[in-house]
Amino acid sequence: MNRILKTFCASLLALLPVAAMAQIDGEFVKPRTGKFLLQNATVVTVTKGTLSNTSVLVENGKISQVGTGISADGAEVIDCTGMFIYPGMIDGGTRLGLVEVSSVPETVDYAELGNVTPNMQALTTVNPNAEAISVTRVSGVTTVLTVPTGGLFPGTAALINLNGYTPDQMYGGFKAIVMNFPSSGRRGRFDRRSEEDVKKDSEKALKEANEIWENAKNYLTLKKAGAELQYYPEMDQLSKAVSGELPLLIVVDAASDIQNAIKWVEGKDIKVIFSGVAEGWRVADEIAKAGIPVITGPVQELPTRQSDRYDTPYANAGKMAKAGVKVAIRTDEEENVRNLPFHAAFAAAYGLGKEEALKAITINPAEIFGIADQYGSVEAGKRANLIISTGDPLETKSQIIHVLIDGYMIPMSNRHIRLYQEFLERSPGLKVN
Amino acid sequence: MKKLNFILAALLGMGLNYSQAQTPKGSVLIKNATVLTVTKGNLENTDVLVQDGVIKQVGQNLSAPSGGQTIDASGKFLMPGIIDAHSHVALDVVNEASSPIVAEVRMKDVVNPFEIGIYRALAGGVTISHAMHGSANVVGGQNATLKHRWGSDDPAEIIMQDAPRTIKFALGENPTRVHGRGNNIQPRTRMGVEAVLRNGFNEALQYKKNWESYNSAKGQKGNTMTPPAFNDRLQTLADILDGKIIIHCHSYRADEIYMLINVAKDFGITKLVFQHTNEGFKVAPEIAEYTMGASVFADWWAYKMEVYYSTAFNAAILQRNGVITSINSDSAELIRHLYHEAAKTQRYGGLTDDEALAMITINPAKQLGIDDKVGSIEVGKQADLVIFEGHPLSSYAVPQMTFVDGVKYFDIKADTDDQRQFVSATEMVEPVYLHAEEDHQCLQDVDAYFEAFQGAFLEETL
Repeated sequence: MNRILKTFCASLLALLPVAAMAQIDGEFVKPRTGKFLLQNATVVTVTKGTLSNTSVLVENGKISQVGTGISADGAEVIDCTGMFIYPGMIDGGTRLGLVEVSSVPETVDYAELGNVTPNMQALTTVNPNAEAISVTRVSGVTTVLTVPTGGLFPGTAALINLNGYTPDQMYGGFKAIVMNFPSSGRRGRFDRRSEEDVKKDSEKALKEANEIWENAKNYLTLKKAGAELQYYPEMDQLSKAVSGELPLLIVVDAASDIQNAIKWVEGKDIKVIFSGVAEGWRVADEIAKAGIPVITGPVQELPTRQSDRYDTPYANAGKMAKAGVKVAIRTDEEENVRNLPFHAAFAAAYGLGKEEALKAITINPAEIFGIADQYGSVEAGKRANLIISTGDPLETKSQIIHVLIDGYMIPMSNRHIRLYQEFLERSPGLKVN
Repeated sequence: MKKLNFILAALLGMGLNYSQAQTPKGSVLIKNATVLTVTKGNLENTDVLVQDGVIKQVGQNLSAPSGGQTIDASGKFLMPGIIDAHSHVALDVVNEASSPIVAEVRMKDVVNPFEIGIYRALAGGVTISHAMHGSANVVGGQNATLKHRWGSDDPAEIIMQDAPRTIKFALGENPTRVHGRGNNIQPRTRMGVEAVLRNGFNEALQYKKNWESYNSAKGQKGNTMTPPAFNDRLQTLADILDGKIIIHCHSYRADEIYMLINVAKDFGITKLVFQHTNEGFKVAPEIAEYTMGASVFADWWAYKMEVYYSTAFNAAILQRNGVITSINSDSAELIRHLYHEAAKTQRYGGLTDDEALAMITINPAKQLGIDDKVGSIEVGKQADLVIFEGHPLSSYAVPQMTFVDGVKYFDIKADTDDQRQFVSATEMVEPVYLHAEEDHQCLQDVDAYFEAFQGAFLEETL
């Protein structure tokens, strides 16, 4: 009865003219674009120093000017006196948009079956309306690499901006084929394989990886020679890493695996990025020598070995940077990507330093992804991915006031904030009357 | 061999009773710190004098104690030792998952003083943790409150013997999954969870009555009554009814929180703390009115269905509604930076420094019933203290030294590579763990019930 009544009411409601809709409380605020003059802020450009009493003009989705005395003509002026402008932060490794509730398998879309599935596309799987996206972007994280996981070549990761309604609107212009490098580490306490088995498994997996790579090479050779090829989507995609059309994002953590991965890459004329790299500090010089950039993290994580100093995960990024490795930071998160600035802060406090830590979540990932002409700093000509904050966004005490993504002013709301607004002073309170 | 183990265990059990008398106590003078007392404001350039494990004086120009060290903390911050109201660090096992009610089991029987997690917690300024039973049962085992006296080889020495008894309860997905879905017995639903609680307490009332009638008849002439059979499980439930044990209940959804408040009211139970409490914000006035508060995560959500409708503003809403609120870890990783977790209440809800710090010091102390002993820097309290470089609520803060009862157990300058107390001789090569090995422990040890899940659920427990 109740349900019938509700359905009836709902259909009545739908029939009501638009005017009646005004009675619905809490009007929805949409992202809006236009010409914005962010006036009189302290601008932390990241690449060109920190500029006080400076304004930033945003039009057509880009930063068109950074300076003083910019004409406000035709622009909506946003007074930023006492505020700070930072570039939008970039998380170099997440599963954002690929999962809604991690314990509910029906909502988990980052791990496809199979060992060699590089043709699985994270980009087309991203749910633009995933709750975690609106929860993440108000923190100032505007752009993330969203990464499939699972087998040896689990899929193709994609860079997305956290605004838009279709993959094309969100796509940030970078993709990479993911490789989970055969690991000699344990996945956790429940991993009870013997030492020997662990070693055997990783050797077997490496042998298999080499065979698959050879196949992809052959596929590419045949394709280039104009041979008629059977439909083979895995090899077609993997051959793009062989040819260097797409970079290979190698997820690797244990020190010996990193060394193996460096060896594996040697002699292959491909673009490589390491991701994870939990024990990078042990072999930092070797990574630096190989010239492979690193996206490391999570920083707020336990050491990989019982005997390790308690702060090894905090200090890892700093040690690698000191050795000369180009370092970006990732959270490896899904719903709490918003903690990226805090991971960076911990790396800063334990050796990386504040300036480098900020770079590790802005310009460094942009450079590693080859998109630094568009991302990672507050400079004229770049995409308008910007944060306006009351202070250092790496400090919990700072409030993020505005976020711009591709020149869109993002509504500073999400379910977490709406629940706060509803329940801070609940009505009715304790008693109904 | 098994017999020998048993005898050894029995001896160890005796040790528990005898060795509680003397735990290490230190004397130290910490000079010129910015003292964050939590309860009595902030004091610039202030000295704190510790004598025999107790805070003797807080003031200026204090002189060093006899035989004690003097530490110059100029430019540094001194705060009370951080207290984690929800942890599974230093426990050999977490869940006795065999029945919906296992009130008789005690975590103090499985305390492992060698676990490196204790040292790592100290390095994050945590001096006390509430070592809890897991969340597999509606009524779980009795918890142990630990003092992180790292280096002791005696479990009894790291148990805070003067802390009151507490017990773990759990509502919602975990007990219904383990028992209803895993074992095909009640509870399979939240209705079943309430029934298990009410049935259990009613049985305990009956048990109490049987003993009362026996005891009152005992002295009487011509009495032939035999004593009722002793039942540790029911006796523990009776102790809860008598207010001798504080309930710490794993809970997420508002409906189940409200349900337990009503059950507690019906049975006259007042010592009740909610754990996790992700939807506590929805029933904050009710929690404030009746309970000892809520212990929550700063920002964890969406890892399972019952935490999908969460908000990171939970702690702030609870606090503003008058709930005693603490921030806990439930994780060997998070316990390392609870000061940072507490600081998130400033991002999400703009709490003051004192409010945020209270959530990891005096508030969890209240929830564990130890706020007369620890949780703030006040004369007469136990000297559990942390020195920070940078304000502890800054993301860039680094703990420098941690003291329990005036004894220094962590010093960043003396931190060496391998801090293990116990190295397994059978492990030829030390394993490398690539994913948070001791994270997410609430459902640890219940894998046997979920062979169908092939262990995959282990990463999504809590």
